[in-house]
Amino acid sequence: MSAAAPPDLATVVDTFRRIPHCQLLDMRMIAIAPGCGTALIPYRPALVANVRTGVIHGGVITTLLDTLSGIVVMTTVPAGTPLATLDLRIDYLHPATPGSDIRGRVECYKTTPNIAFVRGVAFHTDEADPIAHCAGTFMLGAMGFRPPTAADEAPAPGNDRPGGQPC
Amino acid sequence: MLKVIAELKAANAIERLNEVIPYAATIGLAARREDGALISVLAFRESNIGNYVARAIHGGVVGALLEHAAILQVLAETETQVLPKIVNLSVDYLRPCLAADTFARGRVIRQGRRVANVRVEAWQDSPERPVAAAHAHFLLT
Repeated sequence: MSAAAPPDLATVVDTFRRIPHCQLLDMRMIAIAPGCGTALIPYRPALVANVRTGVIHGGVITTLLDTLSGIVVMTTVPAGTPLATLDLRIDYLHPATPGSDIRGRVECYKTTPNIAFVRGVAFHTDEADPIAHCAGTFMLGAMGFRPPTAADEAPAPGNDRPGGQPC
Repeated sequence: MLKVIAELKAANAIERLNEVIPYAATIGLAARREDGALISVLAFRESNIGNYVARAIHGGVVGALLEHAAILQVLAETETQVLPKIVNLSVDYLRPCLAADTFARGRVIRQGRRVANVRVEAWQDSPERPVAAAHAHFLLT
């Protein structure tokens, strides 16, 4: 019995590069390996929450960590497996420094047939001094491409697909 | 920002806070009053797409909408005169958030002297069918 084809890292990065919202934020992958990745969103005034302090909006950090989590999970599952974010918790450890780029590092530390578990941090330059910490779970095969089960025989109408934000 | 918040609170117009948040313009975030309730609105934009196959809004942008709605609710319901500082945010993604306008409304569950606990839900076609829900803590000092 052979395992399903592992994903090609270049394909995963290409998938990331085509995400419209990541293009808007100019998000860049710095490093990617099976189960682990690092990425960056450059500081710019359009991402600021508070004009007095110049501190970047929490949504930017959420977006960085959510995207990176999804990309890292993709490196751990068979190519083409659909993913959906089930939940993402972010602890903001200290305010981001105005003018500084935001980096993120996420690892996928456990994958089961249905769920992948991730954890990671956002930081400026020193990973040991994080701005934020995240923990998340992803549902695998969430968008109806999984092998059919009894539950699929009577699909609910409309937007009743179970769980999560497709990523 | 303190002056802006004081002015918006005095004018009972905290829903206009997005006008002084550059990131709100970047993603198309605004808010309005509806029968007294503060409703945050994330207008659909192609540039907010996170999954170009499923045509779904990026989960991070949904998180930003929930965070914004929570902050507005804290400013509207509490005496705080400063922008609440987010401590943590936990988002549950309940249904795919597809290519359409998205709305969110928060509730302050508990307000202490220093911290507020807020629940928020986001929806598209109906508030009865939330696409995401979150709880968050904010520092009020």
